[in-house]
Amino acid sequence: MSVEAPERPTPSPRGGSPGIRGRERPVGGFELWSWLFMRISGLVLLILAVGHVLIMHVWDDGVDRVNFGFVAARWQSPFWRTWDWALLVLALIHGINGLRIIVQDYVRWPAVRFAVDMAFLVIGFALFVLGTVVVFTFDPSRWPGTV
Amino acid sequence: MAKRKSDVGTLYKGSPGQWSWLLHRITGVAVILFLFAHVVDTAVVGWGPEAYNRVVGVYHNWVVKLLELGLVAAVLYHAINGVKIMVFDFWPSSARHMKGIALASTIVFVLSMIPITIIMGHGILDSAGVF
Repeated sequence: MSVEAPERPTPSPRGGSPGIRGRERPVGGFELWSWLFMRISGLVLLILAVGHVLIMHVWDDGVDRVNFGFVAARWQSPFWRTWDWALLVLALIHGINGLRIIVQDYVRWPAVRFAVDMAFLVIGFALFVLGTVVVFTFDPSRWPGTV
Repeated sequence: MAKRKSDVGTLYKGSPGQWSWLLHRITGVAVILFLFAHVVDTAVVGWGPEAYNRVVGVYHNWVVKLLELGLVAAVLYHAINGVKIMVFDFWPSSARHMKGIALASTIVFVLSMIPITIIMGHGILDSAGVF
């Protein structure tokens, strides 16, 4: 045990009817907040991500109609800029925290685990910065006649 | 506890949910890896129409569209299975109906994929030059 990273908490029998065990749940601290965040962001992403996928990839010829003019017209609306930015932020945090949880299961050596977690964190932060800059600074009037 | 040691490198076994657990992981990893690429390709819009239209043109290829159908399926599966997980988490007594709820979520996924596959399949065949 001394060379291994801490185990995830063991499931414990919880309330409910006799003979029924609840699913595994962290008992407190960061892992409990992480657990709660995954569920709340998951509910929001149910609207943001599934909506995005249906609108952009399925509805009305899907990705065939997407080009510079389409994005320029779409991002004239602050509503879609906000939607896309919220989707970016929540999906990145939800996804990278998900990767962290998977890494806990498969990468046992603490130094390697830390390095892998950090790599994903750096990628996530860089993409957050890149996406945020693009969503909020994009100005199609720099290319007249394209909208 | 000690049991976990031997689990490394093997599949988690021991619950009727083992397959949905595995699919939830695979679809989740697939979606976040695609998101990494997708943020970058969308960011190209800041370099003007010529650059962006060339990049987004990749998505109009029929093989890429086939992968796109897989992406939509992955997002939908992850979303619907995620709702199932939350039902079990927030209403522990629902574990009594575990098989029924798992079956229901699978049916919702399959039923929603039918029209999506027809619509996107049309676009795939179109791009492949079948129509």
